[in-house]
Amino acid sequence: MSSEWRKALRTVALAALAAVWVGCAPENYPQSIFEPVTDFGARINGLFTWIFWWTMLVLVIVEAVLVYILIRYRSRPGAEPRKIYGNNLAEIGWTLGPAIIVVFILVPTVRTIFDTYEPPEGEPLVVEAIGHQWWWEFRYPELGVTTANQLHLPVNRPIEVRLTSVDVIHNFWVPQLGGKRYNMPQPAMAPGEAEGKKYNVLYFTVEKPGEYSGQCAEFCGTSHAIMRMRVVAQEQAEFDAWVAKMKDGSRNVPAGVAAPGTQPVAQAQPASLEAQGYQVFMRAGCAACHAINGTPAMGVLGPNLTGIGSRWSIGAGLMDNTPENMARWIRNAPGLKPDAKMLTFPNLTDAEMEALVAYLYSLD
Amino acid sequence: MATAEATIQSGTTAGRKTGLWSWITTVDHKRIGIMYAVTALVWFLVGGLEALLIRIQLAKPENDFLSADVYNQIFTMHGTTMIFLVGMPIAVALFNYIVPLQIGARDVAFPRLNALSYWIYLFGGIFMNVGFLFNAAPNMGWFGYTPLTTKMYTPGLNADFWSVGLQILGIASIMGGVNFITTIINLRAPGMTLMRMPLFTWMALVQSFLVITALPVFAVALFFLSFDRFYGTNFYNTMAGGEALLWQHLFWIFGHPEVYILILPAFGIISDVLPAFTRKPLFGYNMVVYSGVLIGFIGWGVWAHHMFAVGMGPIADAFFSIATLIIAIPTGVKIFNWLATMWGGTIRFNTPMLFCIAMVAMFTIGGISGVHLGSPPADLHETDTYYVVAHFHYVLFGGLIMGLFAGFYYWFPKVTGRMLDEKLGKWNFWLFVIGANMTFFPMHFAGLLGMPRRIFTYAEELNLGTINHIISIGGFITALGVLAFAWNVIRSLKKGQIAGNNPWDAHTLEWATTSPPPEYNFSELPEIRTREPLWDGVSSVDVAGPPKAPIHMPSPSYWPILTAAAINLTLILMMTELWWPPVLGAALVLLCVINWAYEPASEH
Repeated sequence: MSSEWRKALRTVALAALAAVWVGCAPENYPQSIFEPVTDFGARINGLFTWIFWWTMLVLVIVEAVLVYILIRYRSRPGAEPRKIYGNNLAEIGWTLGPAIIVVFILVPTVRTIFDTYEPPEGEPLVVEAIGHQWWWEFRYPELGVTTANQLHLPVNRPIEVRLTSVDVIHNFWVPQLGGKRYNMPQPAMAPGEAEGKKYNVLYFTVEKPGEYSGQCAEFCGTSHAIMRMRVVAQEQAEFDAWVAKMKDGSRNVPAGVAAPGTQPVAQAQPASLEAQGYQVFMRAGCAACHAINGTPAMGVLGPNLTGIGSRWSIGAGLMDNTPENMARWIRNAPGLKPDAKMLTFPNLTDAEMEALVAYLYSLD
Repeated sequence: MATAEATIQSGTTAGRKTGLWSWITTVDHKRIGIMYAVTALVWFLVGGLEALLIRIQLAKPENDFLSADVYNQIFTMHGTTMIFLVGMPIAVALFNYIVPLQIGARDVAFPRLNALSYWIYLFGGIFMNVGFLFNAAPNMGWFGYTPLTTKMYTPGLNADFWSVGLQILGIASIMGGVNFITTIINLRAPGMTLMRMPLFTWMALVQSFLVITALPVFAVALFFLSFDRFYGTNFYNTMAGGEALLWQHLFWIFGHPEVYILILPAFGIISDVLPAFTRKPLFGYNMVVYSGVLIGFIGWGVWAHHMFAVGMGPIADAFFSIATLIIAIPTGVKIFNWLATMWGGTIRFNTPMLFCIAMVAMFTIGGISGVHLGSPPADLHETDTYYVVAHFHYVLFGGLIMGLFAGFYYWFPKVTGRMLDEKLGKWNFWLFVIGANMTFFPMHFAGLLGMPRRIFTYAEELNLGTINHIISIGGFITALGVLAFAWNVIRSLKKGQIAGNNPWDAHTLEWATTSPPPEYNFSELPEIRTREPLWDGVSSVDVAGPPKAPIHMPSPSYWPILTAAAINLTLILMMTELWWPPVLGAALVLLCVINWAYEPASEH
């Protein structure tokens, strides 16, 4: 007889375990929602916890009653139960009780909804997070900086992230920064139509420097699982230094190479490996899709490569950023990341590849 | 017995009760119910296999068991199969077999339409899976969000198999809905008022209303998508002035009632099975009925809780959150009424009862996570992660599947005349309970610890390998439970204990007749005076003996299967992207329908 009620007991035990485990989520889950570093994240976690305890109350009561029933009312020989058809008082009770709990949950919910849609006080730093199949473009319109897959943010400054997409629906999610929101594709603008673009927005202030992982959370095609990003939250001074580096185009043209704006002329072998790599980059057609600040490369189809040398990964979280992986990626990106839209470059010689990779690593 | 045979006039050649032709032309609701059930159970195995493939791929991070594209096909088809080829049809199987028996009718209101629904379902389901042969099975998720599913981003046939296939299946569902509503409203035995109907029939009625109102919305959404893909329209193309978000609204306006379409049958089953094994009538019958109807209504007003991350604005978010949490109340009322039914009873722990208990316990957990999901700010953490996967599997596996299995074990004796084995039943039960909880409970954590949905792999550094490994093992344990069930069915068909009319001493009308019932169900239509006719006086002697007068049954017909083939063909011909092949197909359908309409009543 023990087996039947033991089953229900197990369900209760699982629920209790949940309560315990949740409180102890360790720090080594990089995308855990339980370690928020923003005001936004802390706010919605607070609501989550509130709801959690009320719902646990209901769950424990229901499961405990079930277990009690299974033990107390198991079949006994000769038992003839009274035929009870209903009880209005009970019905009122168990309608009102949950209704009250629902109100307890709804009031802070509605408050939090309105608060989190509100723009913050003061001037937020605007970042545009634009979803592509399957990488993230990040633009800082006020700063004139464009980058990809790695989002630098200053701490203790309100941030406004504007979410859009150039193709299908994506979903910007960095758990430690808070909740997620869709990146919707934009309507095409009629000729003469200026602003009026629609976008979703997330508002938050990062309160702790560090590196935070995130990834796309809306199924967007073949490599949806490999559309990852990293947020680098820095003190204001370090952030400003990063911005300055990104804006300094002259860093991205190696010495001995023709000045930007002029046609890269075929010359005698330039001195440094990086300069040779620069030549390879321009010759191989990379500029058709990629942009590097300060060079003639201004392609917008692929990620902006300014600063690629110091990014945390290649391929939006596909592989660690090492010279070897970089070479593999350039040779055959779709072979490594299913349906990636980058062309393949099987015909670069090893020497050319070595130079090209050296150049790209010089873009830090 | 010879007298009984002679007095049934149900056509001549089709007096042949055996053989393939008799099944192809059958219009008997019991046979159609069996065909639906067998087909749905086959798809259940297919969908289950797809689930196991998913779990093998996700058992460890950065696994390469399945390529990205194959995985995307598998997870899409797992969801699509389980919802449209298993969840809905299996309920229809039970409605088909059981509802006429419960209300004291001889068949459904439109027997040939009934057969048509089945054949459309069979052909449509096969069509949707044909894509696997071309490595082009649907791969855009079971929910098919645009613009991903438009021609630009899914140029291959994948989305065509999906949109056309579901269009076909929707037609079958709508026809079934019309049939059951008419049957339940019109064909009840004398004295069976609506408030004396068994709960299972009540839930079938509410569910059928949801079907005939929600499926057309989906049909419209699918037509827009098909026309965008085949004929160059731009309903969902934001860049051209359409709106990608329109799909989501249309889909979820259908999609939310759809989940109630899925679960109401299980609510009905529990409500009928519990009294049999607690020896008490259902507590609060009226409230259970009203809450079911209320859920049906409110269910129309909550759809955008699937869209809280869309950024609809605070007013829309708040409205849908309020509606969603309100609907938790009638759902809770049902659970409390079931508990009260058991309270004070004397509980026999036969297999059907075990599944009822599991259903109540696990559906409650699913309801709890549902409340969490209903609060938009909290939902911004949970949506599009494995937390949602945990939620809906608790309500669908824990709620629907457990409820269905309670129904199988309960009604198998009525359908086949033999009992399922209790010992194997307990193996089935425990493997399911342990397996399903081990599979789906950890998913709550996987989601909250950073695992989004619909990903073919996940990064090593997320440290989610262990949780996923446990989940995968749970999946295989559940699969063993399915094997136990299959073995139980196979064995019991031959060697199961003979059931008799009412092995459970249950109270509803289907238990008055023989097991299995004769073609005409009841020799005489009973007079109903209470809600528990068999506990209060209707006896088998009245209805299970030989018929006392000639009984005319509907004649078999081959027009349903032909019409089904023509309907399938018409929609499939849209894939030619020309206008005239579907028009030709429609002409063929018209031809079939005209022949059907003029078919003599008993001639073949």
